[in-house]
Amino acid sequence: MAWKLADFGAATAVLTQDGEEITYSRLDEYAKTLADKVSSGRLVFSLCSNTVGSLAAYVGFLNAGVVPLMLSADIDAGILGRLIDIYKPDFLWLPEARIAQLALVYPPKYSAHGYALLKTPFNAEYLLNSGLGLLLSTSGSTGDPKLVRQSLKNIRANTRSIIECLRIDASERAITTLPMNYTYGLSIINTHLAAGASLALTEKTMMQKEFWAFMKGSFATSFGGVPYTYEMLDRLRFSRMELPHLKTATQAGGKLSAELHKKFAQWAADARKKFVVMYGQTEATARMSYLPPEAALEKCGSMGIAIPGGKFCLVDAEDAPVETPDSVGELVYEGDNVAMGYAVCGEDLSKGDEWRGRLVTGDMAKFDADGYFYIVGRKKRFLKIFGNRVNLDETERMIKSAFPDADCACGGVDDKLKIYTTAPELSSDILRFVSEKTGLNKSAFEAVALASIPKNAAGKTLYAELPK
Amino acid sequence: MDNLEKYTQAFVEAFDITAEQARTLKFQDIPAWDSVGHMGLISKLEDDFGIMMDTEDIIDLSSFEKGKETLKKYGVEVG
Repeated sequence: MAWKLADFGAATAVLTQDGEEITYSRLDEYAKTLADKVSSGRLVFSLCSNTVGSLAAYVGFLNAGVVPLMLSADIDAGILGRLIDIYKPDFLWLPEARIAQLALVYPPKYSAHGYALLKTPFNAEYLLNSGLGLLLSTSGSTGDPKLVRQSLKNIRANTRSIIECLRIDASERAITTLPMNYTYGLSIINTHLAAGASLALTEKTMMQKEFWAFMKGSFATSFGGVPYTYEMLDRLRFSRMELPHLKTATQAGGKLSAELHKKFAQWAADARKKFVVMYGQTEATARMSYLPPEAALEKCGSMGIAIPGGKFCLVDAEDAPVETPDSVGELVYEGDNVAMGYAVCGEDLSKGDEWRGRLVTGDMAKFDADGYFYIVGRKKRFLKIFGNRVNLDETERMIKSAFPDADCACGGVDDKLKIYTTAPELSSDILRFVSEKTGLNKSAFEAVALASIPKNAAGKTLYAELPK
Repeated sequence: MDNLEKYTQAFVEAFDITAEQARTLKFQDIPAWDSVGHMGLISKLEDDFGIMMDTEDIIDLSSFEKGKETLKKYGVEVG
């Protein structure tokens, strides 16, 4: 069993935006009632939102040995359809309001909390490995069917480490600022439920006054954010807000600019709060490092040190260890939170632990004389857009198949993906298409017109020659 | 261009919509007006009208109509 909810009995587990207060026993009851409708060892697609229906399903499924693939409730119908074809889940659990919008015709079997359980025509189509607990997408936005396979052991290990380094106890209350299908958002939920702490569940965003009213009214003690969240907070002149109950702000999901890191570290020092920069990946269940809050100012720009129970090292191109400070190498992490491996098709769900506790991250890093790590670059072709991994080659493929007459190439920096295209007349259509497919705001994309895409003799795109 | 036109144009450009759609628009009615789009809209309004909005007003600007009242506080009469 993943969650011992009954242990915390009458303590508050959840506060909702509507003012509902749900105890641990009640959440346990909700979770069991739902999980009873699905047999152990079956696959369910769970379309997540920061609501009671979504949360109860998550804890209920994990406790009952049902494996959920966590997806966004806002998922594009085409992408969902493709995932259903590939993985053939037994059930779908989703907000009732989405059923018609997604044109789903499967019969409903149960409904509660504004969510419905739909029965697909599939019955245990693929064998699930007995160690498998949960599936998460690495970049659901481009429709890449690649999933990360996490075990309950992975989740337990990471949850324990994070509770220890952030010192989360039953008095804490996190307000949701990230989606539940996003590894870091889920990690915040895991660590609070395991510590007998509570969650302030809201679908409101920081750009709405209802969010701030709820933050104050619920006495929330912490929130997490990706770099873009901190840009928004800066824009809202966060440091001037009166938030007496807030104790901790964590940051992960990409590298924060040195300027903002410094600004928020200074805010924390002045306001006597904790600002904790962290580094994580879905492949390591969620989080791998933390910068101890007392070092936030001194080690500005650093992702910190490994979480308790984990270990970092750097390797060069020949896989030999890099042992001198300030030398760059690829970051490798070892720990019990390293996931089992990827799945790209239904058959992969029966696979066991392939990574065996060692993750080659694809991020280039260095460490200083005190052993603090700094990310300096990336080996693979992807960007982080508002904290979401967006694969550049996958995005190119998507554009080329929808616009066969336009040659294109993708590049850019985090939070600004540039689409170089030879068909400027299609620019606005391409931008609209990419934004729609990824579900990411259009302002993250920019079209750049080129006479031709630079290529070598073999026809491979020369990305280094694209204008900056 | 009068203030109402300028104000409407800010929505049209920020969210890639028609003036007609803009006039009845509320936060999260369309995917483009999410929290990211909201930041873009606020910057545009501040630039176009040469004002600097307070946090309270930024998070309260939840519709096209509401924004007109907000701008009035900064001495900009819209329609």
